[in-house]
Amino acid sequence: MKTVMFSLIGLLISLGAKANSGYDYPISDPLAATVIGTPKEHMASLPDAIGRSAREVVVFPDREVNSFFPRKALAFTLVKQQQKAPLVFLLSGTGASHRSAKMLLLERVLFKAGLHVVSLPSPTYGNFIATASSAQVPGHIVQDSADLYRVMGLIRDQLQDEVEVSEYYVTGYSLGGAQAAFVAKLDEERQAFDFKKVLMINPPVNLFNSVAILDHLLEDNIPGGLNNIEPFFDGLMSEFTEVYTELENVDFSDDFLYRIYQNRQKEIDQAQVSATIGMSFRISSANMIFFSDVLTNGGYILPKNHQLEKTESTTDYFKVASRISFTDYFNERFYPFFATQSTGVTRESLMWDTSLSSIADYLRTAKKITVVHNSDDIILAPGEINFFTDTFQSRAEIYPRGGHCGNLGYRDNVDFMVNYFSRQGD
Amino acid sequence: MLKQLKFINNQLLVCGFCASFFLLSGCSLLPKASVEEGPAHYPVKEVVRDDVAYAIDVYDPWEGFNRGMYRFNAWFDRYIFLPVVAGYAYVTPTVVEDVVSNSFNNLFELNNLGNAILQLKPKATVETVERIVINSTIGVAGAMDVASKFGIYEHEEDFGQTLGHYGVGNGPYLVLPLLGPSSLRDATGNVVDSLTFAAVDPLNLDGHSQREIAFHLLNAVDRRYRIPFRYYDSGSPFEYEITRLLYMRKRDLDIAR
Repeated sequence: MKTVMFSLIGLLISLGAKANSGYDYPISDPLAATVIGTPKEHMASLPDAIGRSAREVVVFPDREVNSFFPRKALAFTLVKQQQKAPLVFLLSGTGASHRSAKMLLLERVLFKAGLHVVSLPSPTYGNFIATASSAQVPGHIVQDSADLYRVMGLIRDQLQDEVEVSEYYVTGYSLGGAQAAFVAKLDEERQAFDFKKVLMINPPVNLFNSVAILDHLLEDNIPGGLNNIEPFFDGLMSEFTEVYTELENVDFSDDFLYRIYQNRQKEIDQAQVSATIGMSFRISSANMIFFSDVLTNGGYILPKNHQLEKTESTTDYFKVASRISFTDYFNERFYPFFATQSTGVTRESLMWDTSLSSIADYLRTAKKITVVHNSDDIILAPGEINFFTDTFQSRAEIYPRGGHCGNLGYRDNVDFMVNYFSRQGD
Repeated sequence: MLKQLKFINNQLLVCGFCASFFLLSGCSLLPKASVEEGPAHYPVKEVVRDDVAYAIDVYDPWEGFNRGMYRFNAWFDRYIFLPVVAGYAYVTPTVVEDVVSNSFNNLFELNNLGNAILQLKPKATVETVERIVINSTIGVAGAMDVASKFGIYEHEEDFGQTLGHYGVGNGPYLVLPLLGPSSLRDATGNVVDSLTFAAVDPLNLDGHSQREIAFHLLNAVDRRYRIPFRYYDSGSPFEYEITRLLYMRKRDLDIAR
């Protein structure tokens, strides 16, 4: 019996080793990988000067500018090739702008693949909620993707005379990865782009499973419990201040606190890292929830019908917003809102509609779509990684390590993306 | 953005913009809509507790004024400052931009030096002297930052830090016209640094008002060019709060160093 056990274990180890063979992304702990990303010496070599150009598009010309957020247009980035080339729309993760660190990295990857790149902020990012979101209650992936699709159309028109485009692609990471699939599906009906390639990078399967995981990372791991959230946040901001320099762009999206761990020798404490990831997401979701509340007069945090004066303090609202989990937001604001929008909406149907499972049949047959993921991605519930291998089969590239988007800049990952996009006639 | 603070010391300009700020803010006194307010799902009164020390809180008794100034700065940045900076970046080759930055940095090492001495910091003092000597000679009158290549990095010291070093607290948070986040102490420090620089007058600008204006304008444009901060670009409706927190924390850290 013992021998059988040992040989079984031996077999498992060798299988595991085989699966890992040749993939040397160095961080084996998924939480650490998520916050640290790819250490410099393992980064792919990428072009630095890619000529980013800051652009704007007005999506709703008749929409009144809210004095709380005085912007009329949606900002995006254009990176141009000198010659005719495919154009890829790049979609960002939760709460992130088109200028977030991961977007800047992916722009260089896509530029290296020979593409024009249009980087868009996430529909969960303030500027998008204010200027480009139709309902201004973000998180509904079908609706958010339709909003993205509208923006893409306007940008294509705007760039018509300036950029020579051979064909269109779409890609995105995290939430943006899932949106890329929904955008592609919408395009099958509307046919405005006829996307030839779609790459989903570390998408959630079920958005609400993923946010529940992130909520728990915070709630279960704050040293001393949730009542100690203030001292914990205080400590994080002090650490963030140490690494923060003025000479870089910071958007307070779901990964801004990860900087604490990057490019410095900081000890990895599991609970601490978990709570940091959770806190980063919490701030990002607080941003989104309050933006949406102000713009829709939702009466959730800001009193109903309260007109925010231009110079009025919002500090107390921050304190309130940072106490609300995304799960609470879903139950108390998101679900009731969409229940009034159409009949027959239940919590369950809403969760289903905003998951990749709801379009699994399409994903199974859509040969143009490829997914890259990590089997240890922390935003996936146990077993969810199988959704990708089952649905995409050979079109799923699953790495054994990397956490959530930690290996984006790793050599093998970059090679895969560059090859995928530069390959002819797929 | 914090660097925007430094040495954009054209007092006349500032006064002019103060005046236009008050004119602008005066225009916004529209009658309030008379819709009755209802309670929020999460009322502040029920959630925010008096016995909790909130990390986001900063002593900001002039918040109304500060927020108005923040908005004005955002407006000025977008419609005047950034277009000028973009024009500058467009017509100026990168090499020249670097020369401009290095030259200004070299000149303002004088302030770093003075404040390092006042704080009795031997390492910062010695290295700042080394930087001035190396960059002014091998670096061709400050055009190149050779010292950094030798591993001698800038020690940023200003009079606000000096005051902090000797125990003067931040005082109230203060958003300055054009210069952005500051505190009562740091704004005072700014004035002292500017006066000191004007008194030493290394470029002999005294009495050449046109040259002086050109000097300060170019300095301001160069500083802004180096800072990627864009107003309302953080993705947060709490940008004012987070910026305020980061400013105060950063200054505490600078002073502790």
